[in-house]
Formats: sequence, C-alpha cells, structure tokens
Amino acid sequence: MEEIYAKFVSQKISKTRWRPLPPGSLQTAETFATGSWDNEENYVSLWSIGDFGNLDSDGGFEGDHQLLCGIKHHGDVMDLQFFDQERIVAASSTGCVTIFLHHPNNRTLSVSQQWTAAHYHTGPGSPSCSNAPCTGVVCNSPEIVTVGEDGRINLFRADHKEAVRTIDNADSSTLHAVTFLRTPEILTVNSIGQLKIWDFRQQGNEPTQILSLTGDRVPLHCVDRHPNQQHVVATGGQDGMLSIWDVRQGTMPVSLLKAHEAEMWEVHFHPSNPDHLFTCSEDGSLWHWDASTDGPEKSLLFHQGGRNSTFLSHSISNQANVHQSLISSWLSTDPAKDRIEITSLLPNRTLSVNSLDVLGPCLVCGTDAEAIYVTRQLFS
Amino acid sequence: MEEFDGEPTVTWIPGLNSQKKQMCFDWGPGEMLVCETSFNKKGKSEMVAGCPFIHIIRKDIDVYSKILRKLFNESHGIFVGLQRIEEELTGKSRKAQLVRVSKNYRSVIRACMEEMHQFAVADKDSASGRQFSSQVSILSAMELIWNLCEILFIEVAPAGPLLLYLLDWVRLHVCEVDTLSADVLGSENPSKHESFWNLPGNTQTLTELELRWQHWHEECERHLQDGTFASDPRLESLCKVLLGDDAALLEQKELLSNWYHFLVARLLYSQPTVKPMDLHLYAQSSLDLFLGGESSPEPLDNILMAAFEFDIHQVIKECSIALSNWWFVAHLTDLLDHCKLLQSHNLYFGSNMREFLLLEYASGLFAHHSLWQLGVDYCDHCPELGRVSLELHIERIPLTTEQKALKVLRVCEQRQMTEQVRSICKILAMKAVRNNRLGSALSWSIRAKDAAFATLVSDRFLRDYCERGCFSDLDLIDNLGPAMMLSDRLTFLGKYREFHRLYGEKRFVDAASLLLSLMTSQIAPRSFWMTLLTDALPLLEQKQVIFSAEQTYELLRCLEDLTSGRPLCAEPDAQQLQEDDIETTKVEMLRLALARNLARSIIKEGSLEGS
Repeated sequence: MEEIYAKFVSQKISKTRWRPLPPGSLQTAETFATGSWDNEENYVSLWSIGDFGNLDSDGGFEGDHQLLCGIKHHGDVMDLQFFDQERIVAASSTGCVTIFLHHPNNRTLSVSQQWTAAHYHTGPGSPSCSNAPCTGVVCNSPEIVTVGEDGRINLFRADHKEAVRTIDNADSSTLHAVTFLRTPEILTVNSIGQLKIWDFRQQGNEPTQILSLTGDRVPLHCVDRHPNQQHVVATGGQDGMLSIWDVRQGTMPVSLLKAHEAEMWEVHFHPSNPDHLFTCSEDGSLWHWDASTDGPEKSLLFHQGGRNSTFLSHSISNQANVHQSLISSWLSTDPAKDRIEITSLLPNRTLSVNSLDVLGPCLVCGTDAEAIYVTRQLFS
Repeated sequence: MEEFDGEPTVTWIPGLNSQKKQMCFDWGPGEMLVCETSFNKKGKSEMVAGCPFIHIIRKDIDVYSKILRKLFNESHGIFVGLQRIEEELTGKSRKAQLVRVSKNYRSVIRACMEEMHQFAVADKDSASGRQFSSQVSILSAMELIWNLCEILFIEVAPAGPLLLYLLDWVRLHVCEVDTLSADVLGSENPSKHESFWNLPGNTQTLTELELRWQHWHEECERHLQDGTFASDPRLESLCKVLLGDDAALLEQKELLSNWYHFLVARLLYSQPTVKPMDLHLYAQSSLDLFLGGESSPEPLDNILMAAFEFDIHQVIKECSIALSNWWFVAHLTDLLDHCKLLQSHNLYFGSNMREFLLLEYASGLFAHHSLWQLGVDYCDHCPELGRVSLELHIERIPLTTEQKALKVLRVCEQRQMTEQVRSICKILAMKAVRNNRLGSALSWSIRAKDAAFATLVSDRFLRDYCERGCFSDLDLIDNLGPAMMLSDRLTFLGKYREFHRLYGEKRFVDAASLLLSLMTSQIAPRSFWMTLLTDALPLLEQKQVIFSAEQTYELLRCLEDLTSGRPLCAEPDAQQLQEDDIETTKVEMLRLALARNLARSIIKEGSLEGS
C-alpha cells in the first residue's frame, strides 16, 4: 500500500462511492461521489482522480482528486449508491430519497426524481406529521430498496411515482442497512442485533428468516454480501465486531472477529478479490483484511488478473475433498490454519472514518475530519 | 474588575428600536438572544409598534468560512499530534520536534492563505472578493507573527544564526521588494559578501565571525573615506548603506516596505552578531526612525515589538485583542506552553492562560453545527476545566439523526461520562416511544443500562397486549436475549411471551408451571395478575388435569390475594358497576374452575395408577 492522498474539503463526509465502470471495461476507477452531513447546507458531489498530466491550479499533485460538480442536498446524506453510470441515489435524514442525474457535458448534477415522504413516523395525513431519516439504500437497476429509522422497507422503481411495495413496521427498531441477497430477496440489519431476510415475492409483511447474534444484542450498522457466494454475509456492529454469517445454516454467525474499538460504519468485500475485506470505524481507522492464502499461489493469483480466489481455500492444500474447495475462506472455522492478515491503511489516527469504497486497485474513504483519502495502489 | 484595554464595540441590530424600547437578552453557549420588551424607556406611556422578532447574535463569523474550515481541521490534527508526542520528547530532539510542529502550523496557514488569495483574485471587484483580500492580509499577519515567535521563542536562535533567521523571515514576507533591494544593495562586493554568509552557524565561533565582519567593515569605511566612489553618488550611498548608515538606509524608504525590514537591514549592515536580548533596542529605534513621527504604530507593530522585547504575555494579549478569532492565540499559546515558556500565570478567572484560551476556542467550535467534534479533543487536553466544559457542551448538541446521537454517545462513553450517556439515551428513548418505535426505545435503554426506562417500555408492550389481545413486535420480544435481565418487567414480558409460545406448541404442563412461577415469584405486576389468572382458565378447563393439587392451592391463594386487596368504592357509577360486574363474573368463573380442578387433581393424585 504505497501512496494515499488526503485532501481537506470543508465538509464532513458521510458517504463515498466509486462510479461503477461499464461492464467489460479495462479502465480503472476514475470518478467517485461523496455526500456530506451535519452542515447547514449539505452537498452531493462528484470528484475525479484522472491524470491531468500537469499541476492543476491548486498546485496539487497528479492524482490529487478534483471536484467536478456538486448539488445541494436537503438534510444529511445518510446513504449513497450509484444507480447506473449517470444516476446516483441519495437517502436523506429528512426521509426523502432522491435520484440525481449527472450531465457529463455541462458537468452538472440535477434532480431526476424524488420521493419526499419515503420514511416517516406519522404520515402526512395526521396532524403531527414527522419525518424519519432514511438510513440505507441499495440499487439493482431498475429497483431501489430503502430502509429507515421508522422500521419501514420501501421498494421503488425508477420512473414510478409511488413505491411499488412498502412493508410498514417491518421492524420495531431502526433498520440500519440493507443489501440484496438473490434478486427478489433482501437482507436488513437493525439496532437490536438481528438480520432479517425478506422475500418480495411473498405477500405478507413477515421476514422469511431471522438471524441474530448470540449474547448481547449489539446493534448492527452495516452489511455486505460476498460478491460470488450469495449466502455469505459480513456485518459490522456497534462494538466494532465483524461477524461473518452463512444464511443457509443456522441462525447464528459463523465467526466473530474482534476488530475496531468503536462502531464499525461500513464493511465491503472487494468486488473482484473477495478474499479481501475492508472495514472502517468511528475509532478513526480503516482496516484491510486479507484472508487469501500465503505463499506462491498468492502472487500467481494476481498475475492472472485477480481471478476469483475462492478456489484457493486453505483446505484444498490439505484435503483432496473436492467439496471443500468451494468453501469460502471466510467460512473456515479453523483459526490455527487460517491466518487473516490485517493492515491499517490510514497513516494517522483521525476522527471517524465514515465510509469507504473499493473498485479494482482503488480505494476512497471519507472522514469526520473533513478529509477524503484516495489510493490507487491497493495491492502493491 | 480589570479596566478595559480598548473600547467595547457597539453593534446595531437592525429592526430594534433601542431609543424607545428596552431590550432584553440571554446568553447561550455561543450565541446571544436579544429582543424588544414591551417596556418603554424613560417611562413614556406612548405605544410604539414593537419589533416582533427574536434576534440571534453570533460573535464568531470566521468559523463559518469554508476555507478557514480547512485551517481548523488541519491544525486540529497537528494539535492532537503535539499532545500525543509530548510525553516522549526529551532533550535535543524535543526542540527539533517543536520547531517542526511550529513549521507545520505555519504551512497550514500559508496553504489557507494561498487558497483564499486565489478566490480574492478571481473575484476582484465584488464585496466578497474584498473580504477575501482582507482575510488574506490577516492570515499573512498571523504567519508573520508566528514566524517571529518561532525564531525567538521556539528555535531560540543565538547571536549569529539569529540574523540569518531574521533575514529569512523578512525575505519570506516581503518577497516582491526583495528582488529590487537585492539588486541595489547587493551588487557591490558580492564575492566577499557571499563567502561571508555562506557558512553554517557552527563552523565558526561568534568571535571569529565578529572579527571577520569587523575587518570587512573597516575596509568599507576606508573605501568611503578615500573617496573611491566619489564619482558616482549612487555608489557612494550604496557604500554608506553597506556601512549601516541609518540616513542612507532611510533614503531607500520606498524599497523598505516596513520598519522591520528596515530593522533587519540595519542589523545586517551594522550589527550582524546582534544578541537576542539587544534586539528590542534596535527594534524600538527602527520603528521610531521609520515612522518618523508621521504615523503611530499599528496593532501589528505593537505585537512585533512585544515579541522583540521577549514579552510573551504581551504578545498573546495584543493578539487576542487584535484578532477576531481565538484560533491563533490558542494554538500559539499551547505550543509555547510545551516549550515551557509560560509560567503558571494565574488569571483571576479560569485556571491558566493556556487552558483559558483553548477552552474559549473550543466553545467557538461547539457553537458551530459541524465543528463540535474538533472541540472535544481540545477539551480533552485541558486537565483542570476541560472535562466540566465538555460535559456542559456535549449535552447541548442537537441530535437530528440516530447516527449523530451514536457519535455523541461514543464520545461520552470513551470519557466515562455516564450521566450524559443516561440523559441522552433517555431523550432518544422517549422520542422513540412517542413515535411508537418500541424496539428502538428498548435498544436505547439497554445502552444506557436504564432499568427504569426498560420497565416503561415493557409496560407499554403489556398495555398494548391488553388492549389488542396480541403482541406487537414479536421479533423483538422473542429475541430479547440477555437484555431480558435488565429489568424485572422486561423479564416478565419475555417469560410471558414464552408462556404463549409454549401454549401454542401445546406443551401445557410446562406452560402451566411457567404461569404459576410468574405469579409466585412476584415478577408479574399486580395489575396483570387478573390477566394471568384468566389465561389459566383454558388450562383448567382442559380434559386432562394439568395443574396439580399443590399448584391449584397456589392459584387459589393468588386469587384470594387479589380479591382481598380490592378497595370498596364509595359511590360507584354506571361504568364502574358494569366493570365490577365483569370482574365478579370472572372471579366466580375462576373460583369454579379452580375448585373443579382441585377436585380432579386430588382424585387423580390419590388414585393408584398415577400417571
């Protein structure tokens, strides 16, 4: 991990997301979006890290990220996702969900669609109407699923004015994050330490499965699904604990790893190298978890362009059982055999790292110290 | 009460009629509220239309500048880093580290200045452009002062290198003039000049330096007296300048933009080995000569003069008055304190100067909607009053989302501020209850270990059950886990739900004993006993005998406890009568069922087969 660039941007960053690359593209990531929070005026902004070839007007170095455009956002940006190449979905603390459209020609962002009362405690009909923050959003074009502090799950479709499906009171506590499992199924985490799986094909308002932590019901703040193995899910909790779950088996996590000293805000599997996991936390650190095997196979792997490393599980070197080769290295429960290498990526301790995103060899993260860090050499 | 150092400034508030009406005000954490009262001044009884607004007055507008925010954030990082390395530093490396910290601060100021300069240039003609320009000059002055303090107090340059540092200092701040002056002043005798100065401070001792300079100076003087340059008056005046002749230097006043440039030029040519202690004499005379009685010294001049006099307290005091924001004095004082330069100068309020300034700065940060997180670290490093200050500020941060609340709670928990944790969790739990988010309310009470609130939430669940006949939020109650132990009521709730589950699974015997234990162990609230006994009815009516004789006696006793404790109403109204009716019917049914069950169980237990 060689160079990491930091830039102070005069706003506390709540979310950073890389713009997805067109499928089959050989480029590396170039553009990312950020959302701010806790300002009187919050912004959703787009930044570029393209090579400029010379020093820009700020005297910044090549590789320093530059602001492309921004647009005011009403309320804190609670979550941000790229819907497709040009559209970004933002979840607001006012309970509003907005789709922003990026016009690359005149370099502006504009509001393409908005659902203003997606999340609320008491509805617009009653006299004491109060909105609830929308805490999480996930996209799988053309569908958008949002969850909020009101315990509600909404399924939206772009260009449909009303929600396609709403599950009221899906949870009696706050839903913190949501992710897709298989396409009609989603998984949510809440503030009493439960994972719930919902199937939109079913009519009722009950989850199909509930999994929960053993022991204390510590709130869970973030969730991410393994890119290739849709039954493997990682969650991060308020006590900084990283849990790996197998949703096909049992109702308890497969492994619990003591990680950070404070809330873990985001967890991400690397999309093309899923043996690598990244977490960031309120304690101001960002960790890279490397569960790939040691030894010559590892370097061979990367020469081959980062092919899926789940086949190189630890057990294969010891056992001839073909079945074992499909077990993800994250699910192996033998601590003696499997060593996970953990590296801290940020140079100094800072205020909370609120968000991170990885794409290829690039990583971006944003902090409460109003700084954005970018590196383009994640695996060097 | 101390006398004022300057006149307090008057700020007019638009819309308020201060001539006619009396105003009232109240202080807030960082702001002031002002409004008109309905009292007229001077007792006049005429009715004057009042201003209907309440005005919020903020002192510190700098905190809201976008570019200055970068200054605050970056310097916060440097500040925290300084406090952390402080313990490890000793001896020689300590001074080098402190100088490095000082240079870091200065580079942050410069970066901020350059960015603001670009905005000023881009926006030249508008009001905001002018504001940027004035900010740039303020930042430039700050860096000038800080640099001088670094040379005199932190680097503690001795005679010899002192002049080199001062030369750099002036060059850095007067760069555009420097190119011209270098031409005029440096053209003659360049070789001797350069070789003279091209040595690091420690290869020659001070006396050697002085001797060589003295020798060179005499040679110059000889040239002047011999009239070598008599032909060209410019060359002659140049020679005089090189000799450090004040009059000759003053003739070039336009090239010397200010008196400290004049001072350094004088020292360069007449006293290159000046001792730090003697600086103030030359500084004072330079200032007087340069101003020539035409203008009076400005605040910046006074600050620099105080620095030359090594009067740190005066420097800080003057800066506090001149600057609108506590940032500069707070960070500079903290750094000087680490250099052990400030005696414990006790103020008659607060504790010591460093803490006072840091806490003032932190208060400004807390008044900002976003920068409060920086303020926390500043309070942490004030050992006497920091914690108390933090406790007061942290409770007043507005909590708009749960995520922000979690961050505030984390700050409190890391510092063992349990009172604040409880109060914040209670506020959030109340909000959740009002919004009918009982799961959230429970999760907040668990975080605060607030048994009383957990009881409140459980009561709410039980009330909902009584009204609706079924449980809401089963996902929560079924999965309470160890949190169930937090309060008795919560435990009861969990166990009661378990009873329902056992009943649903038709495990009647287990359900029955659980039900009984709920009553006998006193976990169940009195008000709920009737419901529990009513729940027992279907179990009593089953074909098979579920309750043993012993258990039936227990149930009878509970029923008697319940009915005997009922007070007699004086004047029952219609509603009451109806309720009483229902009650009595229930009690009668229970008594019947219990009696029948008792009979059956006695027979069953008495008969030979047992089961």
